[in-house]
This record gives sequence, C-alpha cells and structure tokens, in this order.
Amino acid sequence: MREIDSSQISAALSELIVKTSTSLGDDILTALHKAYEAEVSPAGRDILLSLLENACIAGEKKIPLCQDTGTAIVFAEAGQDVHINGNLVDAINLGVRQGYEQAYLRKSIVSQPFSERVNTQDNTPAVIHTEIVPGDRLKLSFMAKGSGAENMSRLFMLKPGVGHEGVIEAVLETVENAGGSPCPPIIIGLGVGATAEKAMFMAKKALLRPLGVSSPEAEVAALEAEVLKRVNGLGIGPLGLGGRVTALGVMAEAAPTHIASLPVAVNLQCHSARHGEVVL
Amino acid sequence: MISGIKLNSPFNPAELEKLQAGDRVLISGVIYAARDAAHKRLVEALNQGKPLPFDLKGQTVYYMGPSPAKPGEVIGSAGPTTSSRMDRYTPELLDAGLLAIIGKGNRSAEVSRAIVGKKAVYFISIGGAGALLSQRIKESRMVAYPELGAEAILALKVEDFPAIVAIDSQGNNAFTLGQSIYRTAKEA
Repeated sequence: MREIDSSQISAALSELIVKTSTSLGDDILTALHKAYEAEVSPAGRDILLSLLENACIAGEKKIPLCQDTGTAIVFAEAGQDVHINGNLVDAINLGVRQGYEQAYLRKSIVSQPFSERVNTQDNTPAVIHTEIVPGDRLKLSFMAKGSGAENMSRLFMLKPGVGHEGVIEAVLETVENAGGSPCPPIIIGLGVGATAEKAMFMAKKALLRPLGVSSPEAEVAALEAEVLKRVNGLGIGPLGLGGRVTALGVMAEAAPTHIASLPVAVNLQCHSARHGEVVL
Repeated sequence: MISGIKLNSPFNPAELEKLQAGDRVLISGVIYAARDAAHKRLVEALNQGKPLPFDLKGQTVYYMGPSPAKPGEVIGSAGPTTSSRMDRYTPELLDAGLLAIIGKGNRSAEVSRAIVGKKAVYFISIGGAGALLSQRIKESRMVAYPELGAEAILALKVEDFPAIVAIDSQGNNAFTLGQSIYRTAKEA
C-alpha cells in the first residue's frame, strides 16, 4: 500500500491549474498552425493568427488564455494499492481554490443552479470523476471547461438501426446548431455506446487525449477521421464566419451497449483546450 | 486581426449604417461590459420604470466578464461571451437606445429584426482571445452592480479593439453569408 498525503494532491493540482490557464499544449498549438495553413477564408486566417498571437501574449504575460477559466473538472484515477491520507474531495477542492486564486482566474461557479445564483467565490466545488484502476499511483487530469463550448453538449439515444451514418449525423447536427458559439475551431469529444451517463462521460474523457492521436481501435479511429472530414465540410469555420476549418480534431470512445440502445454523446471543446495531467 | 475600418464608440449612426456584414473593424472609445446577471437587472429596472445606472442611448455593450486583473494591469483576460444567452433581453435594450453590441456567436431571428428596426449593428470579437483583447483595453471603471463580481457593469476605454460586423443594420448576416461560401455537401 503506497501512501499519498492529501497536501500533495492539492499542491500538484493547483500547479497544474496555474500552468494550463496560460499555456496551450503543444498538440493544440501545432493544430492551430496547421489550421492556419489549411484555412482559405481571409477572415478565418486572421482569426487563427490572432489565436496564435493570443497564446503568445498569455504565455509571456502570464494572463489567462481566455477569461472563462471554466468549471474545474478533475478526473482522479486512483490505483487500488494507494492509500490517501486525508479527504480526496477536500484535497481537490483546496487545489482548485489555491490554483484559481494564485493565477488570477475567474471564479465562475454559482452554488444554486436555478434559484439564487450566488457565486461561491473560489470556483469550487470541482466536478470530480474518480475511477479505481490497477497500480499504486494516483493520476489527476484537470480540464478547465468553458461554458460556451459545454453548453453545446448533446446526448442522442438513437435507434440502433441508424448505425454508423446515424452517429455521424448526430455529430453534424450538434456542430451545426452550435455554429460560432463554442468558439470554433472546436475539438469534438464523442462517446458512443454504454448508457446515457456513461456515453457523456466517455465524450468528456476523450477530450483529454492529445490532439492528433487516434483511437487505438481501428473502427473507432476510422469514425473519428470520417466525422472530422464531414464536420469540416459544414463550412462553419473559425468563429462561425465561414471556412474550411471548423474542427481541429475528433476524439471518440466506444463501449458495449444494450441490444436496444445506441447512445451518442457529443461534448464540444473550444480551441482554448486547457487540460493537463500529473501522476503522483 | 491585423487591419480593419477604424471607428469610434459611441458610434456615429450614419457611419454605423454604412457597415456591411463581414466588415472587419477596429473600435476605439468607450464600450460597456455587461453580461447575463447585469442584463437581467437592466431589464428589470426598465420594466419597473427605474433609472438605468448609465444612459444606454447610442452606446455599445460588450458581452464580457473578465478574469481578475493582476497587480499593475488594467483588466484580466477579456474576451466575448456567447451572445445568444442575452437574446431574451436585447430587444428591450435596443428599444431603450442601445446602438451596438459586441459578443460571439449568432443571434435569434427576433434580435436580428430588432437590430434592423433600430439600425443598430451586432459585432463579434475573437472568442477565446481574451489575453490578446485585454491588451486593447486601456482603462476600466466600475459603473454598476459591483456585487456581481465578474458580471458587474464596467466602462472600458478601448483602442483598436478588433471586431467583425456579424449582423449589419440591414439584417445581413456574416455567419450565413460566410458559411454558404465554404459549405461542401453535407453527405459523404
């Protein structure tokens, strides 16, 4: 049994939050450069150039890439041979509180969703997903999810007969309805199969994968490639003003499902895809 | 955003009317930051016949709630938020004299009609470029509702603030026009 102290969790998480709020991953920067080369719309090219410039300014001046520093989403994969000293949930929320304060990030969480929307002032509580996995490590993945993109999420409970084409059409409908609101060029997280809530979880978790890395399953990888091609045929383009680059990537996860079900969850991510991970 | 038509806010109505959907502009002058919670309060005040905390007439509203300013900075990251959430409030604010809006994403048909009716303009700025846009904001002053935190109303002095005409005063829509050029067949 390996021991991890809750203070290590808070410290590692706040460090991750500070880092990801001002710097995009190399995978995203590479994709934005490629998008700039591929885009033919003059406005679209200007916008993509501005996004690259934005990343430079955020990095140099250490100010957030985007003012919507998101809901703090934490995926904690705990090895079954790890013992955590202290309370995991409290440790994560402390890390969020410290990270958001230290990096001058916006606190965007309200305590009651439908009545008095009072700001909690420290961006807690985080949305926490815990999984027990083999091993004696604790992996923390952090995602700052802006609501412009999150609000465009969709869940479809399709009839199995619609098959492969039905899945693709569900994604196209989602992206088309979202238009310029989720800050295209977007990244598409896709969860297919299992049940309603598991499909949504897969769609969100798929967004943690580095851009450009396809699913290890050949059939899922082929679906990702086809969805990307057809989404980019929609012509939505950067910020929705028209162009060839609507999405930078599609990342899908698939899982076994019921004989009567074909759940399809779509979770959109903006170009400012802030996430990272740390293993303790 | 490299270049654009230079304009001053509050806008000259005649100049605003000449703008075409898709035009790129650089805005200098004063714009008011207000988003969801502030809109709710402004419309409540209008409905109750109470005075507004600032005169909307001829002004520009920017849908934005910044991240906190670091010491020595004017403002934190400061990009636009999704406009469609403000659709329910926009016609009333246009009736009260609002002339220009800056946000991101498309608007409802009702808002588009209201924009045409008032010869107003809806601009978008660069969603997700909050760091870059913060550099074009030279002063920030609290105007109302400080208790709303990031959702308070601020008067911002901007210089060469980049934006694109998304819905012009004739109702032409840059999203529809732009997307129709680049759309290939939806089917494979």
